[in-house]
Amino acid sequence: MTLSPGFADPVAEAQQSFRAILAALSRPGRVQSLGAGLRPPAPLLPAAAAVLLTLADADTPLWHDAGAAADAWLRFHCGSPAAGRPGEARLVLACGAPPPLSELDAGSDEAPEDSATLLVQVAGLAEGSGWRLTGPGIAQEHRLLVEGLPSWFPAAWEAQRRGFPRGVDVLLCAGTRIAALPRGIALGQG
Amino acid sequence: MTETGYNFAYLDEATKRMIRRAILKAVAIPGHQVPFGGREMPLPYGWGTGGIQVTASLIGRDDVLKVIDQGADDTTNAVSIRRFFARVAGVATTERTAAATIIQTRHRIPETPLREGQILVYQVPMPEPLFRLEPRVAETRRLHALADYGLMQVKLYEDIARLGHVGLSYNYPVMVNHRYLMSPSPIPAFDNPKMHRMPALQVFGAGREKRIYAVPPYTAVHSLDFEDHPFRPIRADARCALCGSDASYLDEVVTDDAGGRLFVCSDTDYCGERQARQRRGEAA
Repeated sequence: MTLSPGFADPVAEAQQSFRAILAALSRPGRVQSLGAGLRPPAPLLPAAAAVLLTLADADTPLWHDAGAAADAWLRFHCGSPAAGRPGEARLVLACGAPPPLSELDAGSDEAPEDSATLLVQVAGLAEGSGWRLTGPGIAQEHRLLVEGLPSWFPAAWEAQRRGFPRGVDVLLCAGTRIAALPRGIALGQG
Repeated sequence: MTETGYNFAYLDEATKRMIRRAILKAVAIPGHQVPFGGREMPLPYGWGTGGIQVTASLIGRDDVLKVIDQGADDTTNAVSIRRFFARVAGVATTERTAAATIIQTRHRIPETPLREGQILVYQVPMPEPLFRLEPRVAETRRLHALADYGLMQVKLYEDIARLGHVGLSYNYPVMVNHRYLMSPSPIPAFDNPKMHRMPALQVFGAGREKRIYAVPPYTAVHSLDFEDHPFRPIRADARCALCGSDASYLDEVVTDDAGGRLFVCSDTDYCGERQARQRRGEAA
C-alpha cells in the first residue's frame, strides 16, 4: 500500500487553503474551493483533506469515521492524536452521519474558543436556494442549499445557538468545495 | 530581494497553524479574545508583534501588503514592517489603500472605504477593554462570559457627570454584534463608525498580551454610549492644509514657537491622492 501525497507545495497550499477556510467562515454560506490537487483515500474528499492538512497537527485531537486507509493517511500527514470519542476531539470529521452536536465539545462561556470544529462531508453545496442564513459576515442574507445533512441538523443547530458563545463551528465539505456555519449564524428555513 | 534561510513569511508552519486556528475561532466568535502562543518576533513588543504574526499567518505570494502607522505609510514602524514582509515573503507592497489585499495598521483605519475581500490587521497594545477598571484577568474573563459590562457604563457615566462628556478620544470601547465589549485598539474615536458593518474582515493581534480577536464583514459594531449622550466622533475643526479635506482625520503640526500651527490629513495615501487629483484637475 502506498500513501498518496499531501500538499505538493505545503507552505503555499496550506496558506491558500487557510484563506479559503477563512473566507468561508467570515462569509458564512458562500462556497469556496480548495484542495483541488489532492487525491486522499476514500471516503475522504479533497476539501475535507485540505482542511485537515491546513489545521490539524499534534495539538488537535481528531475523531473521524473515515476508516483505516484514511486514518493511515491522516496519521502520516497530520499526526493528530486520535480522540476516543467525538466529545474529546478538537477536530471532528464525519464522512457519514455526523455525531449529535450536543455530544461535541462546545467550549465554556469563559473560553468558547476551546470548542470543536465539525467537518461534515455532504453530497452537495449550492448557493442561491435553501437556508436563508443571517448573522455576522452576512450583509442581508445568504442562501445555501446543503444536500446530505441529516434531518435533525437544523433543530440541533438552533438548540446549540441558544448556548452562544459556546458552540461547535461547522465546515460543510463537498468534493473540492466548502461552506461554513460559524456558531452565531441563524438558519432561516427556505 | 527575498531573504533565504527563513520559512515563507518568517514563522514556521506549526506556529502558523496554531495562529490560523485562533483566527478562525476569533472570526466565529466576533469580539471574543482568543489566546494564542505568541512568538518572539524580531522587533520589540509595542511595535506590532501581534499584528505582524497575524499578517504572517494570513499572507500569501499573491497578496499586496500595505502597512500604516497612525495613517502614514512613510513612518518608521510602517516602513520597517513593510520591508520585513518584502524580505521574508517576497510579496508586493503598496501605499494605495485600494490596491492592497492586506492592510496592517497601527492606530488608524484608512479614510478610503475598504471593500469585500480586503483584510485589515490591527496592532493592539492592550486587548482587554476592562483592563483599567478590573485588573484581574480571571475576573475580566468572567465578566465577558456573563456579558456584564456595567463597569464600563459606570465609567462613561462618571465621565459625563464630571466633565459633561465621555473623556475618551481614542481606544473608545465598542460592542461587537451586541454581545462582546471590545477594544478597537487605540484608533481615534473618529474611526469607530467605520468599523460598523465594514465589508472587509478585521483581525486584531496583541503580541505582548497574546490575544487575537476579529470582526467579520458586515458585523454590527456600536460605540458604547447613552440615549441622552450619544456617541460623537471627534475631529479637529479645520481643513487639511495640503488637500483641503474637511472630512478626514487631521494631525496638528506645530510650525514655529510663536503659536503657529496647521492641520494635515493623518492618512497620507488619502491626502496624496486628493492632491494628485487636484493637480490633474488644474492641468486639464
